[in-house]
Amino acid sequence: MALTIDRPVQAEHHEEEHGPSGLLKWLTSTDHKVIGKSYLITSFVFFLMAGVMAMVIRTQLSGPDNTVVSQHVYNELFTMHGSLMLYLFAGPFAFGGLANFIVPLQVGAPDMAFPRLNALSYWLYLSGGITMIAGFFTVGGAADFGWVAYAPLSDAVNSPGAGPDMWIVALALTGFSAIFTGVNIITTVFYLRAPGMTMFRVPIFTWNMVVTGILILIAFPVLTAAIIMLWADRHLGTHIYTVSGGGVPVLWQNLFWFFGHPEVYILALPYFGCVTEVIPAFSKKPLFGYRGMIFATISIAALSTAVWAHHMFTTGTVLLPFFSLMSYLIAIPTGIKFFNWIGTMWRGSIEFKTPMLFAVGFLVVFLLGGVTGIFLAAPPIDFATHDTYFVIAHFHEVLFGSAVFGGFAGLYYWYPKITGRMMRESLGKASFWLMFIGFWVTFLPQYLLGLRGMPRRIAEYSASTGWGGLNRISTFGAYLLFLSVAVMMINFYVSWRNPIPAPDNPWDAGTLEWGTTSPPPHHNFNSIPPIRSERPVWDFNHPEHTTFGLHSREHASEERRD
Amino acid sequence: MWIFSIGHDGPALANLWAVTPTDHEHVVTRLPRAILHPRKRILRRLAGVPVLLLVAIVLGGCRLPTFGAFRGVTKQGQTEFTLWSWLAMLGLAVAVIVWGLIFWSIIRYRRRDDKIPHQFHENIPIEVIYTVIPILLVGVIFYATVISENRIDAIKAKPAEIINVTAYRWGWRFSYEDSSGISQNVLIQTAAQPKLLAQPATSSEYPQLVLPDNSTVRIVLQSADVIHGFYIPAFNFSRYAQPGVTNEFDFTPTITGVFRGQCAQYCGLYHSEMLFSVRVISKVDFSNWLSANRS
Repeated sequence: MALTIDRPVQAEHHEEEHGPSGLLKWLTSTDHKVIGKSYLITSFVFFLMAGVMAMVIRTQLSGPDNTVVSQHVYNELFTMHGSLMLYLFAGPFAFGGLANFIVPLQVGAPDMAFPRLNALSYWLYLSGGITMIAGFFTVGGAADFGWVAYAPLSDAVNSPGAGPDMWIVALALTGFSAIFTGVNIITTVFYLRAPGMTMFRVPIFTWNMVVTGILILIAFPVLTAAIIMLWADRHLGTHIYTVSGGGVPVLWQNLFWFFGHPEVYILALPYFGCVTEVIPAFSKKPLFGYRGMIFATISIAALSTAVWAHHMFTTGTVLLPFFSLMSYLIAIPTGIKFFNWIGTMWRGSIEFKTPMLFAVGFLVVFLLGGVTGIFLAAPPIDFATHDTYFVIAHFHEVLFGSAVFGGFAGLYYWYPKITGRMMRESLGKASFWLMFIGFWVTFLPQYLLGLRGMPRRIAEYSASTGWGGLNRISTFGAYLLFLSVAVMMINFYVSWRNPIPAPDNPWDAGTLEWGTTSPPPHHNFNSIPPIRSERPVWDFNHPEHTTFGLHSREHASEERRD
Repeated sequence: MWIFSIGHDGPALANLWAVTPTDHEHVVTRLPRAILHPRKRILRRLAGVPVLLLVAIVLGGCRLPTFGAFRGVTKQGQTEFTLWSWLAMLGLAVAVIVWGLIFWSIIRYRRRDDKIPHQFHENIPIEVIYTVIPILLVGVIFYATVISENRIDAIKAKPAEIINVTAYRWGWRFSYEDSSGISQNVLIQTAAQPKLLAQPATSSEYPQLVLPDNSTVRIVLQSADVIHGFYIPAFNFSRYAQPGVTNEFDFTPTITGVFRGQCAQYCGLYHSEMLFSVRVISKVDFSNWLSANRS
């Protein structure tokens, strides 16, 4: 392999100047940075929409016998809140947005492996999102069978109308978008790494994206097949999920959760990756247990394909001990990750800039979500809490914990690289503390509500249940969360109207993306520093503080490679 | 109290990874405490947490803490509660330890100067320890879980009563059979159409399932249309009612009273109004009730 560190001179050509500009550039671009930004903005808009729906949901539940919205509208709202957050925000924000922008930079590539396929992914995703939202404007309203669309509730008899059909089509479109992005990222990392960037020098963020991509290739085709069969049941007269024609309704649950549980990790692993970049940078230390981290990620991914039926413990149709044990086992690699994050901070020099606050916030909130996940992996405890607010609190703690705390950590961290501007620290810290406090106020009462028997997806409850007080507290917390996001929007606005230019490496971080300009030039790098570890920029800036050379074993293998 | 202890031991814990000049002060000022190997001292500290919890429980009157959950009014529900309580104690203990480590690191290792810290990035023995301990814990938890779930799912060969429960949009139908499966001609079902707002579960609009105290009854659960969830919070139990699947399970109530029940699995428009209640009465009252309600 040719070891040219400096790129050939023609890369210095300013290709942007010859191409279209303005809106046309955004519409026609195949540059991974433009597509990444499109993903980030689009998914953030969906996040805001779903957040507003959550506010209406919480307002409706704030007291007994509320009639803020009708039952029908309430059912649409929680369905679309879940669908938007899971299919259109949490996945695309990290895997479509952050990964698109950061992965080629971290491995030292000029673009994604298939730039046109990348653009296709984005446009499929956008059209899927619009299709899903447009369901609200049909006669019968949007889909109202929950984001899991259990058969036979989702069949043509029980959920007639165009809204549910549009939801199904939207899922197919975004599903293909995710599959294409997965192929693209895996290929980019396997084939477009810069000279010297061995797989064991690839940063964990990128590693997690590769593993996520593999999980997407395992899970999303199953979902696509399942919804095509659902479509056939609705329109072509098949009886795959209906008893009347000899079908098996529980098949939907098996197929859906075979997608759905890997999906949970498709949503979580990219954000683990964000946190794993932020913590070492702000502790001024290399990641503790780099290889352990990679193996932990791979084992989480492997186990996640064998735990789907823990969503089905109360169906009475699954082998409880097997799925229980598999679910428990996920605690082990997750625990390894936690200790590695702590080990990275240990004896470091930790600076609490906004990204680090969000990363530590992630650690603190995700931990309780993980522990309550262990409880739910015990079938007897699941019998008592299945479909209650205990489960709601658990998965908001893990999903909000990763996608919002982890995602915002990543967003604040890479914002200077993406936009070339700094965010305001004071506003960032205010939004963090509002979010951290609001988070606990919202979700801790929901654990108790679940333990007191409040089922999920109920539009209202009578005062005799005694759930009013805790619900009121939870709603108050949700408003705090809303306020926190509003502060963050102000932060964006301020940095847009009144920019502070960002230096190339504002955090003194170590991975390759900090070795180019902020924002990066058209083909990302004009030159690349020598890559001797997973943080080449750090090694370049702090030659006396590298990790190779300290440990003889690694040093030896280093020499052998040379 | 123990959070402070961990804080106190922090610098010693740090010695595991590396020694830097700043450590000498600590070593000198706290020499008498450095007799035990630091790793052993940490383990001893961590072992103290569950012991403290245990002491608290024993002194607290031999009742397991609920953490907000129901203690259960059936034998099966109580089995679940015992597992829940122990698992919650263990889980929270682990969470508190890890939170302690997180808060300790972010407070102790806050940036104080521009010095670049020691660049260590692995410690195989420590990594092996925090892999092996969770594996052992998982083994213990899994064993307890299997024991508990086998008890809850156990089905008696000859239950005192068999009750067919059918869920439909949006109501419940309970029909009683005796132990040999012959219908008792007792049928109770949701009378009213759903209204705009849910009433208390014990309201006469919703059906009431009547069960005898201290005897084992069999529930045979089915659905007439979509998937529903047969959920009685005080029993610590729920099970799906699914089209094409018949689920059977036993309840052995141990406490008389009236308890609320509700559909837990979302089933469409009036899901929140698919309520019922359960009344547990003595065996004598139960047979009187049966004969009074024969049609």
